[in-house]
This record gives sequence, structure tokens and C-alpha cells, in this order.
Amino acid sequence: MSQLMLVLFGLLMLVGAVAALYLKDTVSAILAAGSVSLVASLVYLLLGAPDVAMTEAAIGSALTTVVFLFSWARIQHRPQPSKNPQSEESDSNPDDQEDHQL
Amino acid sequence: MMKRLIIILALAAIALGFFPLAMRISGDSGLTALATHYVEAGADELGAANLVTSVVVSYRGLDTLGEVMVLFTATTGVTALLGAGKSKSHKKEKESERDGDGRREGSELLATGAAFLFPILVLFGIYIFLNGHLTPGGGFQGGVVLASAFLLLLFSDCRLELNHALLKGAEAISGAAYVAVGLLGLWLAGGFLDPRFLPAGEFGQLFSAGAIPIIYILIGIKVGSELTGIVDAMRRCS
Repeated sequence: MSQLMLVLFGLLMLVGAVAALYLKDTVSAILAAGSVSLVASLVYLLLGAPDVAMTEAAIGSALTTVVFLFSWARIQHRPQPSKNPQSEESDSNPDDQEDHQL
Repeated sequence: MMKRLIIILALAAIALGFFPLAMRISGDSGLTALATHYVEAGADELGAANLVTSVVVSYRGLDTLGEVMVLFTATTGVTALLGAGKSKSHKKEKESERDGDGRREGSELLATGAAFLFPILVLFGIYIFLNGHLTPGGGFQGGVVLASAFLLLLFSDCRLELNHALLKGAEAISGAAYVAVGLLGLWLAGGFLDPRFLPAGEFGQLFSAGAIPIIYILIGIKVGSELTGIVDAMRRCS
């Protein structure tokens, strides 16, 4: 039973990793990468390493994902110091709306 | 096409190279001599109910000090790169705030949930690193839970300003105290980071295992303040 679950979780991790590579939407890709860590922490728990599982769940799936999302928001909203009119233009970009949903 | 073929060949070569390694993995081949010593003598030597903790904090304490150092370096780098222009951009954001552009407030649900969860998360983080020598978890895990509590707070209120002097002070003092405790072990007990200069106490109680709880409290505060600092430097109101 535990073996079966391990294999299942391993396959889930593979699916998440491949999805993180191939998803076009960056936010979805970041979330997929975070899900790999989440499943990995379950695997650690099944293998009897609760200490590592806690670290993996907290850092791998929570904090790293948040840091990635923050950086992605920063990249999207990069301030353009020299050209003021353009930055106003970019505020009404459809790209930005996606970021607001964060 | 050619490029793809080369990539596949390279991957196959790597897989072939590591194939013996994968074949040699066997699940239950027994403990090595060092691990056997840890398992048999660890509880008697250090008095920590969680054996993982006695390995992480004491037997391999220098590794943990190195990990804390790595995290410190990463935090320094992030704040040096992103935190420098922070005060200026904050002023700008505040000005644009008055103009009333499309700033998104945290929703009611998030604000209420964060206010409700924040004290519980802080308490849970402190519990994790305080009980690191008894139950799974420890300084790193507890510190990350602490940082996630502050992260939730930052999510719910975008304009929230953390007390940077307090964060920096907590981080610096706990880091220095960690090394000081290590030095105390060097002078009063067997070696650097040896926690046995305090009495071992009763096995399985909160006040036991020598200086291990003290070290984990310090690591927890340090990791928590560092990760909070990273998240705070990286966030931007959008």
C-alpha cells in the first residue's frame, strides 16, 4: 500500500515538474513547481522523515513559491524611470491585469 | 533535429553513467558504524528525545552553523540588491497612492483570516522550535513557520511597514549568541557547539538535552527574521 502510494506520488511529482516546464502561463508554471515540493514533502513523510518533510513543505512549496511570485510581479511591473508616458501606457496593458490577480 | 538528438544522447549518457549507482541502492542494508553509534549512544550522550535533532544540532552542529551562514549570505544579498531602492520607491508608491490609481486592497476574507491566523501561526512556530529536541521539527522549520505568519500579515495589508531595526537586531543578536553558545561548549564541555555544558535534565522533558533547546531557539529566531526580511524586501504592492 505504502509502496503504491510512493509510486503514485512519484508520478505526481513527475507530472508537476513536466507541467512547470511546459505551461505557457508563468504563474501556473510557478504553482506547478510548488506542487512538486508539496508532493515531495508527502513522500518524505511516508519514508519516515517528518523533519525533512516539514522543511520541504514550508520552504519548498510555500516560501519559494511566494518568492517566485513576488519576483514575477516585479518583472512584470518593472519601473521605467526615463520615459514617463510609456509607463502610464503599460499600466493599461492587458498583461498587467493578470498580475493584479495575484 | 540534430540538436535534439544530441540532447537525447547526452541525457542517455548521463543515465548510463549513473545506472550502477541506482542499481546499488538497497533499502534495508542496515546502519553504518557511525549511524549505529548515533542510534545507540545518542540518547544517553545528549539526552534529546528526537535523535534527528541531536545529529543536526550537536553531532553535525558545524554543518548547521554553515547552513545558517548560507541563509545569512542569501538574505544579505537580497536586501542589498532589492532593499536599497526600497525607501525611495515606497515614497513614490505613497504619492501614487494619493492619486488613487488601481491599487488592490487585500480582501475582507484575507484580512480577517490573517488577523485570526497570525497569533496561532506565531505560537505554532515557537512551539516547533521550542520542542525541537522532543518532537520532529526544529529551528529551521519553526523559523519558516514564523516567517510565513509575517508573510500572511504582509499579504493582508500591503501598506504594513515592518520594524526593520527590530528584525535586524533579532537576527544579529541571535546569530552572535549562537556562536557564543558554541564557544561556551568549547570552553566548558567537549568541543565547539557541544551542548553538554548545561545539565542534561530529565529525558523527554522540555528543559532537557543541555543547550540544544537554546541553540534551536536562537536558530528559530534567526531563520524567522531572515526569511521575513527576504519576503519583505521582495514584495511590492500591486
